[in-house]
Amino acid sequence: MPQYPNRQFLDFEEPIRNLYEQIEQTKKLASKNPKIDYDSTITQLEGAIVEKRKDITEHLTPWQRVQLSRHPDRPYTLKYINKMTTNFLELFGDRNVKDDKAMIGGFAQLDGHTAMFIGQQKGINTKNRQLRNFGMANPEGYRKALRLMRLAEKFNKPIVTLIDTPGAYPGMEAEERGQGEAIARNIYEMMRLKVPVICVIIGEGASGGALGIGVGDRVLMLENSWYTVISPENCSSILWRSWSMKEKAAEELKLTSDYMSKFKLVDGVVPEPIGGAHWDYDASAENLKKVLIKTIKELEKISPEKRITQRIEKFEKMGQWNEA
Amino acid sequence: MAEKEDKINEGSPIDSGTNSNNAQQDSTEGWFHRLRKGILTSTAEKRDVPEGLWNKCPECGYICTTTELKENVYVCPKCNFHHRISSEDYFDIIFDDHQFKELFGELTSKDILGFTDTKPYSKRIKETEAKTHLKDSMRVATGKVKGNDLIIACMDFAFIGGSLGSVMGEKIARAIDHAIKHKTPFMLISKSGGARMMESAFSLMQMAKTSGKLSQLSDAQVPYISLLTDPTFGGVTASFAMLGDLNIAEPAALIGFAGPRIIKETIRKDLPKGFQQSEFLLDHGFLDFIVDRKELRDKLDQIIILFKG
Ligand SMILES: [Zn+2]
Repeated sequence: MPQYPNRQFLDFEEPIRNLYEQIEQTKKLASKNPKIDYDSTITQLEGAIVEKRKDITEHLTPWQRVQLSRHPDRPYTLKYINKMTTNFLELFGDRNVKDDKAMIGGFAQLDGHTAMFIGQQKGINTKNRQLRNFGMANPEGYRKALRLMRLAEKFNKPIVTLIDTPGAYPGMEAEERGQGEAIARNIYEMMRLKVPVICVIIGEGASGGALGIGVGDRVLMLENSWYTVISPENCSSILWRSWSMKEKAAEELKLTSDYMSKFKLVDGVVPEPIGGAHWDYDASAENLKKVLIKTIKELEKISPEKRITQRIEKFEKMGQWNEA
Repeated sequence: MAEKEDKINEGSPIDSGTNSNNAQQDSTEGWFHRLRKGILTSTAEKRDVPEGLWNKCPECGYICTTTELKENVYVCPKCNFHHRISSEDYFDIIFDDHQFKELFGELTSKDILGFTDTKPYSKRIKETEAKTHLKDSMRVATGKVKGNDLIIACMDFAFIGGSLGSVMGEKIARAIDHAIKHKTPFMLISKSGGARMMESAFSLMQMAKTSGKLSQLSDAQVPYISLLTDPTFGGVTASFAMLGDLNIAEPAALIGFAGPRIIKETIRKDLPKGFQQSEFLLDHGFLDFIVDRKELRDKLDQIIILFKG
């Protein structure tokens, strides 16, 4: 991950930037005055950074969590795959229209066992963000994902999807090629896959674009990710007819991992390093890797037929209504 | 103000951000507008409109009596414009002798999250129920089509834009269970702006829930006919509406994933004429065929016979 001064700070992380600046200044002083010992000052400041990270984590508003999920330094799908697995073989194309760079996938080994990894990929710089279309897949992305899932199913390998998208791409060609049909087909087919499927929201989980690779035996969320039917900005724009209510929308939507887990709409939450995944890529990947290995082992004990039945029943339970 | 609220109620709290035909409704003159509203919202309201009043087609301007329009299954006799109609109208048009039995009518929406936008969701539900005399945005009914059983789940656009929430998801699930149990073909008529935002992720998960149920329907080899009508968008298109054994649509219906306004804002270009209309979807291979409302009953009869025979 980027080190100071290349780190980027969200508005509520600014106090941390100040502490880093103090460390830099202290280091400068130290180089000018080699006789004075500044080590304890630096250690203190470093301790203060950890404290501040903790403080921020404990007082996050829903909107701040949305901001964290989009942190420019946050690890993306390929980062997790590279950190968690060995032998990653990236595979391309939907065998039909093209290769969608917003959706990546391939075989890799997790703890020595082969699994299929699929996920939306965001870009890490301006040029790359455009190439990846900001993690917004087109229909061919969803069809590429389904092709890879089928490949995994054929060879009896578990599937892990890593979800990080502001939504499926709302473009003209996307409509021509059936964005709705592509997502619908994936949801339907994922429900019927004979191999274990684990889905993890690692950042943004917006709407059908997320659900299009989001049907699994276990659906997990990273601590600072969000998952709901629409982004807070679009929700604000449609319900309040203004872009200014995004914070309020984020609160009303109850889109954070704690709520989603409480509602039983996801099966678990994977903790992030103090202050968010962007503070420690290795620790973030390690947390997730442990959970994945354990979950795959659990799921492999269940017969394929039973897994599918349980998967369908799990989603069937979702929803609340009144019945007179 | 009341006008503005109406729009929010009817067209917008949905994930695709579309309210395609509102512009047409707005442009109609005062008394025609009221008349059209009578026809397009709900049967209960419609009955308040005395027979013999006039109706003007928003597409071609042709003027006819509401009785004439009704006899023509709410299709313009001159230009074939398909008016938006209610579940009651569809049941009335499709089932033999206008006879049907409604199922699961006791399910109503619940404010799960305590959601408040410009008004509390609980209040919105109550107001919409009072205004439309509907319990939710979907009704399920069984009846016969030329002697053969059919179960239909049909949306009402007047109820919060036909939005997909927990009640719709559960009604579809129960309708599918019924279809499997009785080996009765299942038809779903979509007319929706998409998922209901006030139920947040609960509404999103209805897409998965219903797909799981369709998977069971498929294993039971019971036919599923999806009829897409104007408008069908968002989470509805991205789940069960596109998963029919047959996907069929009414003429000139707007159907898509993202709403036209959002696409326009994204690509910063005007959209071509006919974009996202049924004919466009047929051309691109996403529909089996387009069916005129006047021929719907005959087509359904043909479909049921072909699957049976
Ligand atoms: Zn006309």
